[in-house]
Amino acid sequence: MAKRAAPEVNAGSMADIAFLLLIFFLVTTTIETDSGINRKLPPTDEVVDPPIIKERNIFTVVVNKNNQLLVEEKPMEISEIRQAAMEFLDNGGGKDEEACSYCKGSADTSSSDNPVKAIISLKNDRETSYKVYIAVQNELVAAYNDLREREFTSLNPNIGLSYMEASKRYSDPRYVSDRERLKPLLDEVKAMYPQKLSEAEPSKNN
Amino acid sequence: MAKFKKKKGGETPAISTASLPDIVFMLLFFFMVATVMRDSTLMVQNKLPAADQIQKLDKKDRVMYIYAGKPSSRYADKYGNQARIQLNDKFATVSDVGAFVLAERASKRQELQDVLTTALKVDGDTNMGLISDIKQELRQVNALKINYTTRSGDYTQNTKN
Repeated sequence: MAKRAAPEVNAGSMADIAFLLLIFFLVTTTIETDSGINRKLPPTDEVVDPPIIKERNIFTVVVNKNNQLLVEEKPMEISEIRQAAMEFLDNGGGKDEEACSYCKGSADTSSSDNPVKAIISLKNDRETSYKVYIAVQNELVAAYNDLREREFTSLNPNIGLSYMEASKRYSDPRYVSDRERLKPLLDEVKAMYPQKLSEAEPSKNN
Repeated sequence: MAKFKKKKGGETPAISTASLPDIVFMLLFFFMVATVMRDSTLMVQNKLPAADQIQKLDKKDRVMYIYAGKPSSRYADKYGNQARIQLNDKFATVSDVGAFVLAERASKRQELQDVLTTALKVDGDTNMGLISDIKQELRQVNALKINYTTRSGDYTQNTKN
């Protein structure tokens, strides 16, 4: 009639089993999430009559096969391109309905009328190196982001976020509650400086 | 005297390791949740270029990957050292890209089929010609959202060799 307690299960090897699993997962997995520059390709269907775009509203950037840059017919270094693109986008040379009320550029009549109309055309050679191309893309996107940053902070001085932080938070699932609030603010600056970056098909010989 | 001796006797008790499995399990679950499996083995060199104006590419189920670059040293004598495209676990030619995208798209859920992004993981030393060809193929099959996958860093790293 002795009440004997059930013998305890030996759990000593549990740690070994768990360690084995742990090491397996440590070895087979990678933590990184990918990030990169998002782009949208133009659809293939031919536009019947393409809209006429004034020469002064196009900012041409050509990267040749020796990875040299030609910006608006002039050679340039990659480090200067961000400033040049910002000056072009922010020029605001238009009059009347094309005038740009928020631009702070020099309003040069030979440069863009309005950031909404300004287009950056990026052209590369088939032998251009990919990393140089990405560097140029990066700097052009940076030009847009810098201008949006400026407008975002001047429009929303009390928000305590920069444009980059706000757009990061907008796409972050942890801040769903902020989404409604941030969307109109972000859309406003995006409409002021829309990213019109065209990637032309590469030239075969030049 | 004997009364007191009894209490003092005995060695220091062994430290209990009963909670060790709990700790290890906790670590295990952390790693299981926080990590993603590498789904294909790389057969090409893949040193991504650096950029700092980047956006995160989340939601793995909406992304398809296209790798390109020179074949890695293990495959160099068989496939040469010209830049190649890798789709899943195989080397492919430019003309395979369209079929690959369509197959990937068909394998996804209906509601995701229109929001797929193609991530181009291309080695920095590749010529743009190959990438343009891939882009043309993607346009043909209407896969217009692309992402040039980069690592984060200053762009000046790209101009050095």
